[in-house]
Amino acid sequence: MTAIELGVPRRLVEFTLDGQEARVPEGSTILDACRAAGKDVPTLCQGDTLTPKNACRVCVVEVEGARTLAPACSRRAEPGMVVRTDTERARHSRKVVLELLASSVDLSTTPQAAGWLKEYEAKPGRFGPDAARVDEEPRIDNDLYVRDYGKCILCYKCVDACGDQWQNSFAISVSGRGFDARISVEHDAPLTDSACVYCGNCIEVCPTGALSFRSEFDMRAAGTWDEERQTETTTVCAYCGVGCNLTLHVQDNEIVKVTSPHDNPVTHGNLCIKGRFGYQHVQNRD
Amino acid sequence: MDLRFGDSKPADEEREAVDALLGPPESSWEGADRTDADLRWARGGRQARDRRDLLLPALHAVNDRVGWISEGALDYVCRRLTVPPAEAYGVATFYAMFSVRPRPATVLHVCTDLACTAAGAAKLCADVERRLGPESGVKVERSPCLGLCERAPAALVVRAGRPSALPAQGGCPARPAFEDEAVQAEAGVRGRSPRGRDGEGRRGRDTLHATAVCAPATPATALHAVTAPESAPAEPAPALAVPQTGDPDAALTLLARIGTTDPASLDDYRAHGGYAALRRAFALGPAGVIREVTDAGLLGRGGAAFPTGRKWQATAARPDHPHYLVCNADESEPGTFKDRVLMEGDPYALVEAMTVAAYATGAHRGYLYLRGEYPRALARLTHAVAQARARGLLGDDVLGQGYAFDIEIRRGAGAYVCGEETALFNSIEGHRGEPRSKPPFPVEKGLFGRPTVANNVETLVNVLPILTMGAQAYASIGTPASTGPKLFCVSGSVARPGVYELPFGATLGELLTLAGARDNLRAVLLGGAAGGFVRPGELGIPLTFEGTREAGTTLGSGVVMAFDDTVPLPRLLLRIAEFFRDESCGQCVPCRVGTVRQEEALRRIAERTGADASLDITLLREVGRAMRDASICGLGQTAWNAVESAIDRLGAYE
Ligand SMILES: Cc1cc2nc3c(=O)[nH]c(=O)nc-3n(C[C@H](O)[C@H](O)[C@H](O)COP(=O)(O)O)c2cc1C
Ligand code: SF4
Ligand code: SF4
Ligand code: SF4
Ligand code: FES
Ligand code: FES
Repeated sequence: MTAIELGVPRRLVEFTLDGQEARVPEGSTILDACRAAGKDVPTLCQGDTLTPKNACRVCVVEVEGARTLAPACSRRAEPGMVVRTDTERARHSRKVVLELLASSVDLSTTPQAAGWLKEYEAKPGRFGPDAARVDEEPRIDNDLYVRDYGKCILCYKCVDACGDQWQNSFAISVSGRGFDARISVEHDAPLTDSACVYCGNCIEVCPTGALSFRSEFDMRAAGTWDEERQTETTTVCAYCGVGCNLTLHVQDNEIVKVTSPHDNPVTHGNLCIKGRFGYQHVQNRD
Repeated sequence: MDLRFGDSKPADEEREAVDALLGPPESSWEGADRTDADLRWARGGRQARDRRDLLLPALHAVNDRVGWISEGALDYVCRRLTVPPAEAYGVATFYAMFSVRPRPATVLHVCTDLACTAAGAAKLCADVERRLGPESGVKVERSPCLGLCERAPAALVVRAGRPSALPAQGGCPARPAFEDEAVQAEAGVRGRSPRGRDGEGRRGRDTLHATAVCAPATPATALHAVTAPESAPAEPAPALAVPQTGDPDAALTLLARIGTTDPASLDDYRAHGGYAALRRAFALGPAGVIREVTDAGLLGRGGAAFPTGRKWQATAARPDHPHYLVCNADESEPGTFKDRVLMEGDPYALVEAMTVAAYATGAHRGYLYLRGEYPRALARLTHAVAQARARGLLGDDVLGQGYAFDIEIRRGAGAYVCGEETALFNSIEGHRGEPRSKPPFPVEKGLFGRPTVANNVETLVNVLPILTMGAQAYASIGTPASTGPKLFCVSGSVARPGVYELPFGATLGELLTLAGARDNLRAVLLGGAAGGFVRPGELGIPLTFEGTREAGTTLGSGVVMAFDDTVPLPRLLLRIAEFFRDESCGQCVPCRVGTVRQEEALRRIAERTGADASLDITLLREVGRAMRDASICGLGQTAWNAVESAIDRLGAYE
């Protein structure tokens, strides 16, 4: 018999969302309510298994009576709140935030970014050709994954995933401040000199491709990366008895990367180095 | 948590500096035996493991000793405190006063902010650098406002070196090692050489840590201060920053003791009315104190003007404990120096006021977060806290009333954003000084996740007259909506810059007349870099929270910077933009990138007006609007205020 965990019954919070009555369980965020109501609010730093840092600010909405806009991803719905998700004011902030991001980092591998830029009529080019950019060379210092901070939007997801929310390795953090803030390991060393255990959980959560499999990075460089031609197969990792789910991304009969389903109640998308990167033997056909 | 540490080793002096703070390590693999720390109280080895909040003091210890933080030193700190090295690196690189690259032991911080720029800071920097030459072994760093604007241009020397021992004091209780820093600071300030060695020409390991403040600085005084900070001339007395001292018409309340009472003497403080407020507080009980503060209508003086009584009540009512009190003495808003003058001139008042606030809100521990660039305030307050503790005015049984309260002083390390209260909590806790998003508010989840009252220095000091004169009498000062006396920091193009105390409601013109504004006034910046400019024709604006709001500007923390027509406005605006770009914590996109885009636009139009500037002004407005609406904290939300006001009210680019 499978027991379904019901948990403590939660009270419902009633509030107004874009003029409609909305009811969500206590503790839900405005974003939860939006998604339940089928509303599209863009998000970048929010992740399904991590507490959002609410740093990107693309999900801002207008809460009546508040001086500033609120991040939908982390503001909890309160009884009687009056929220508007698609006002001129909220759209303006989203547009400018997208422009600021696109003008400072490379969003070419950020899923949905292109669509949002178009939807909000963002024109990152208007800051001129001399607008400061995060122009960093990709850091290729190991065979497993590449750090390309020229694509990083500082969403803090990798820091949280490596730290107390997932992996507990605390290998990476944010260093510096302001526009010079970067994700880095201690002393800004190569990854190989750090506390990294190559679980790849940071890659799993990175929303921009700033962290990517070496395989993906090399194939992109060679122009052979083609998601259209890839298939995904979810299976169980064969290394140990834990039974983590692996999703194998296969292109032209080769495994090109491994992810893990976030809705798995045991692993929530976490893997270890073997499950994440140890697929070469599968392809070894000799 | 399974931490991995590198294999770089600390140098002996780095290890000593850390051990002096944290106590000897538990096992030898952590480090060698402690030397040179016999005189110092230290935190026990094992206890330190769950004191992540000692990270910032530990980084200070190393930086003070060596001048920068090496890999070995950082790793050693991490081992001792069980902090992941990547996180500690993130913290060390957050603060402007720390360096993780080798640098000379002596650093000269020259202020290049508004008042100092107007007073010739650029030339000072250039002259000092030229006279020092490339081989001087001194690093000249351009600094944001040092909080010495009344004595612009200002410079601060920090020379790394070994800590000086405590001056011999019979029966002096053991002090936390981090408080030693203050004594050294004082030694530097007073020009004493506590170990009796000669002050000149010591190099390397034998050099004593010292600081010296130079303001107003000339190339000659700055050079003297970098070569021999311990014998630099003493700073002028704090009373000299209070032009109203001795003026019988001024009827000073908050500044009354400055210049009349010895800031080093608890007895003198008591002879001048000190500790009467605390006695009254004990007589009223916590709820009674909160009622008085509420009835007095006290509004926070840190910039946001939040009702203090409400904040205290909300914290006192929280069922979870402990409660904490935090005194926000970070004061890094360009143009603000009132808190420094209060702390230097009347330190016991702050100690007493913190005790009252803690008693009212049920806190037994108070943190005084003091900006790292205030050596004299640090020395004075360290002394005051120690004296109060020795005399039973802090500790387990304050005034014999069975109430326990003590104060820990924490030094900031150069980050304006740490004045934002939640960033301040993170900084104390040993994390990067990044603001947290609110809600939850500090009264609910503040320092260490506990209910916390955070108040500005001036706000707290106002509690004393509220209790001694009573809420009614206090509330009768000022206007119905802005009660009590208010401190104003006047600097720039005036004859008598300094801290002024006026009842709320005096006009801007009255204040500027007191300070001796010149005829060729071009603009006045109200409320600091996060405030707004007003025209010389608007001197009738009443200096109240409601009056400035009505006039479409803000009082902020009480900054009034006057600029005459010799000051190039576009340069000034550019400096403000640079300040915010430098000080953004980098957490949220609108501020991290927006401040950069605004600075770029201002640079482009520095020499342009009219149609040439209009596209960039549109850009500035659009970015500014998103920053105001979507930034996490007040820094990003207000970064565009001053520039916007200069465009709208002064027609800066017309
Ligand atoms: C970027 C920033 C810097 C701040 N700096 C200071 C400061 O230096 N001192 C201060 O008292 N408040 C500062 N504040 C305001 C504090 O966050 C907080 O509102 C204040 O300390 C509350 O005290 P009060 O109620 O007594 O005014 C700052 C706020 C922001 C957003
Ligand atoms: S691979 Fe794992 S251990 Fe390494 S940085 Fe990423 S999350 Fe941390
Ligand atoms: S590397 Fe990726 S996950 Fe990490 S902060 Fe940057 S964008 Fe976010
Ligand atoms: S507004 Fe600026 S200072 Fe405040 S959290 Fe955002 S980036 Fe940091
Ligand atoms: S998704 Fe909400 S702030 Fe980033
Ligand atoms: S000390 Fe230089 S501007 Fe304040």
